[in-house]
Amino acid sequence: MGGSGGEPAPLLRVVAECGRSQARAAELLLPHGPVPCPVFMPVGTQGTAKGLTAKQLAALGCRLCLGNTYHLGTRPGPELVQQAGGLHGFMDWPHNLLTDSGGFQMVSLSELSEVTEEGVLFQSPYGGGQILLTPEKSIEIQNALGADIVMQLDDVVSSTTTGPRVEEAMKRSVRWLDRCIAANRSPQRQNLFAIIQGGLEPELREQCLEAMTLRDVPGFAIGGLSGGEDKGSFWRMVKLSTERLPRDKPRYLMGVGYATDLVVCVALGCDMFDCVFPTRTARFGSALVAEGSLQLKNRVYAKDFRPIEEGCGCPTCQRYSRAYLHALLRREPAALHHLTVHNLAYQLKLMASIRQSILEQRFPQFVRSFLSSRYGAQIPLWVREALEAAGIPLE
Amino acid sequence: MGSAMQVKLCGAASGRLGTLVGLGRSGAAVLPLPGCLLYTRTGSAPHLTHDTLQTVGGVPAVAQITLPTLADIHEVLEEYKEGAAKFIGMPEKVLYCSLHDPVTPCPSGYNTNKTVSLWGSSGRIEITASKFMDMQRAIQPDWFQCISDGDTISGEAGRKRAKKSVDRSLSFLDACLQILEKSPELQRSVMFGAIEGGDTLEERIRSARETAKRPVGGFLLDGFQGRAMAKETKLKLITSVIAELPEDKPRLIHGVGKPDEVLECIERGVDIFESFFPFQVTERGCALVFSYDWHPDPETTVFMQNGTQDLEKNDAEEDQGEISKADPEMTPFEICLKDKRYQDDFGPVLEGCTCYCCQRHTRAYVHHLLVTNELLAGVLLMMHNFQHYFSFFSAIRDALKDNKLDQLKELVFRQALQSPANAKPGQ
Ligand SMILES: [Zn+2]
Ligand SMILES: [Zn+2]
Repeated sequence: MGGSGGEPAPLLRVVAECGRSQARAAELLLPHGPVPCPVFMPVGTQGTAKGLTAKQLAALGCRLCLGNTYHLGTRPGPELVQQAGGLHGFMDWPHNLLTDSGGFQMVSLSELSEVTEEGVLFQSPYGGGQILLTPEKSIEIQNALGADIVMQLDDVVSSTTTGPRVEEAMKRSVRWLDRCIAANRSPQRQNLFAIIQGGLEPELREQCLEAMTLRDVPGFAIGGLSGGEDKGSFWRMVKLSTERLPRDKPRYLMGVGYATDLVVCVALGCDMFDCVFPTRTARFGSALVAEGSLQLKNRVYAKDFRPIEEGCGCPTCQRYSRAYLHALLRREPAALHHLTVHNLAYQLKLMASIRQSILEQRFPQFVRSFLSSRYGAQIPLWVREALEAAGIPLE
Repeated sequence: MGSAMQVKLCGAASGRLGTLVGLGRSGAAVLPLPGCLLYTRTGSAPHLTHDTLQTVGGVPAVAQITLPTLADIHEVLEEYKEGAAKFIGMPEKVLYCSLHDPVTPCPSGYNTNKTVSLWGSSGRIEITASKFMDMQRAIQPDWFQCISDGDTISGEAGRKRAKKSVDRSLSFLDACLQILEKSPELQRSVMFGAIEGGDTLEERIRSARETAKRPVGGFLLDGFQGRAMAKETKLKLITSVIAELPEDKPRLIHGVGKPDEVLECIERGVDIFESFFPFQVTERGCALVFSYDWHPDPETTVFMQNGTQDLEKNDAEEDQGEISKADPEMTPFEICLKDKRYQDDFGPVLEGCTCYCCQRHTRAYVHHLLVTNELLAGVLLMMHNFQHYFSFFSAIRDALKDNKLDQLKELVFRQALQSPANAKPGQ
């Protein structure tokens, strides 16, 4: 491997390793400041994290968040965002941003999408016929948005798809990666990540890993998972991928955000995660806690005067009780913001404690105590198997 | 009563410039007069958390909570025992509890001699004076409005109804005063008497005189919300009612929030207003941009002109019928950021505004958030609209101090006439 022209500074600096598992504490050295890893990236669909101000999000410790190319690329459009000084300027976010390729949302949100070698063809959601998203077009939009990390356009198939379509998608994703690398106009400021595909078939994943790791990209994402496949296949595909990815580059597991999955996949060697779960679940009145979650709309909380989680320390828990949030949720949509704050605080704090335990060489102990407060003695089989394979046996 | 609440006037030439002192459990809080209250819904500033509210400048020391939003949790508050202020996470605020919510219309025809109906989240709740006082004991507000019957109709047919509303309200007041005396939990709470009587002058005067005879902490001018009453009638009634009230007790009005109407009430001696108006502006995707800078200072005139220009643009667009889709409730004091013309406007919502939204974001961004239905739109607009409205009250006090209320009034009225949206006088 090795870059052409001026050797770019490495994106990842590993600070400490677990020793037992593949977990590592690192730093992403990005244009808008260093980001401690493992990291969870909140999703800001329209350049906002679900009603939180940029100031609130930064105060929670977020240093890298995600914007959706599909949404921002259609409304307000890349030209307008560029005029506003890129997505950073448009949403007034002084820290780092990652944008996706837009392909995933086109496939999942649009009607009549068709994939050809040229790109993804989809129906414009705002009328005006069909739009073709090519790898070049995706990078062009992402260049205009100006995020610190940009994603290649990949050929997405559902993780439960089988047969020749999976192989076709994987091979096409490799070809599209080359087109994306060639199209990236600001490789110094915008780090392009490859996305490993191959469904749940080990040989296809291996082939994809082999081909993509030959390319000189600053980081890798593991794609095509977290789409309803069984957990046994999920962790095996993650492990297979991290084992074959270069040690000195960041590994981003896409679409994963349940607390248990985060802990297990850090043990398997992943550095970055994103998921709409903490903010989406807040919408339904659900608050994340060590034991799982609380459904605050439930009547049992009507007279529960404790905070969501004792000792949480987030702005919500410092001031409001479960009983008040219960009353507020029943009437006012704004109560949602209180839960969004808490859930993101929970998620970011979880990542910070994971990182701290790796730095202090006690990650295996952290994993055991995390699982015991969540499951007691009933730890799911896939979790035990995955952790055993990662070098942290639970019995 | 344990009330120490008192108006201290500064003796300005017009209006009542002063302070409301002796507020809150400690008696240390102060509300500058004329002033407004912080509007809340179920005890939270709309769209805002404690953090986001903190960044709003000039937030009043007194928060208004509304009884219908707390009626459902009466039992919860009873068990909680420590009062609503702490329960809603605003232990540092002085709480004023009103009988109704100023933006939720109350269906007519449900009050009786013994009961008043509230509309909670689970429907109608019928309360008596004693039930009302039970609720206040659980809420433990610093200040509350006495239960009253404000359900009147205008016109000749309304005379009988107006008399009834005054009789009932006085009898509710007497019952509540008796209970108040025997309620140790409420010894630090101040009760305001409500002045009713619809649009019938004699009834309004009778209501004011009779209420003033009783040991109330202050007066609420009720029943002036909405457009049911002609503006001239409204102002005449307010003038007559105020003439009956003692100088040293505060006068609060419900349902008046538009800047020009606020100024007219202040001229007539009203002290305290609500702040539901900036909330309504926020809900229709609009931003307050009216100017209240009456200083002839050249440095600040830029800011003034800016807002004025935008309002003039409203006019121009209206002529072309381009904002025909705009909310019919929209006033001449605001601009609609949903409008397509703001899509590539990279200026702040209001030039010169120091609020969080204007310091950090553009009209284009807020426009984008509005058209994509992002929750942050409401958050940012609420921050700006609250701060602008609270600053308006501060400008009113400055104008009174410098004896320039007329200049301010002229400036605000000029803007009020700027859009045809205003051309529905007293219908
Ligand atoms: Zn919390
Ligand atoms: Zn502002």
